Amino acid sequence: MNLTVNGKKAAIADKESLSISGLLDELNVADPLYVTVELNGDIMERINFDSTLVRDGDEIEFLYFMGGGRG
Amino acid sequence: MLQMPMPIYERMIGQARGGFPLEVCGILGGKGNIVSAIYPMTNTDASRDHFMMDPREQFSVVKALRSQELEMLAVYHSHPATPARLSDEDLRLAFTPDISYVIVSLADPSAPEVRSFRIADKKVGSEELKIIHG
Repeated sequence: MNLTVNGKKAAIADKESLSISGLLDELNVADPLYVTVELNGDIMERINFDSTLVRDGDEIEFLYFMGGGRG
Repeated sequence: MLQMPMPIYERMIGQARGGFPLEVCGILGGKGNIVSAIYPMTNTDASRDHFMMDPREQFSVVKALRSQELEMLAVYHSHPATPARLSDEDLRLAFTPDISYVIVSLADPSAPEVRSFRIADKKVGSEELKIIHG
């Protein structure tokens, strides 16, 4: 499966189905609970990470939560 | 070491002063260790002691940087009343790897302090911040 991940082409081994959660795992993304994902331009709700499947040609962006406090 | 042109340094401090007493935040982009772009961001917490960026703004900045062939070099935020050091919570929530974390302290309003840090394995190290003049 050919995807574009954070602007770069990424070839992911073909699977019967691959969810967003599965993709983050495939990409060895650390701290996935703190990642926001955009799929083909739409920001995904975290609750849908397991049920939303990625497909050949999809464009995925992910980035980390940025915040802090008690400074 | 993080190198930053004076106009960007001054804009960051200006944003911190303009947002006082709330924390302000933003993203610095560039190449190598030389900052060339500043993106002030919305602090969605609108708080005196917390900040959180809007993911939509984050995606927009990441794409803007990419289109200019720049990288995200640092995230900055202000400490309106405390020193220029990373708090425990700042450290706990610093997930983005391989960037610098810059703090602008207004604890002494007449003499803002700006410091840069790197984080590896959840350990903080101070980083030289060189201001580029001219």
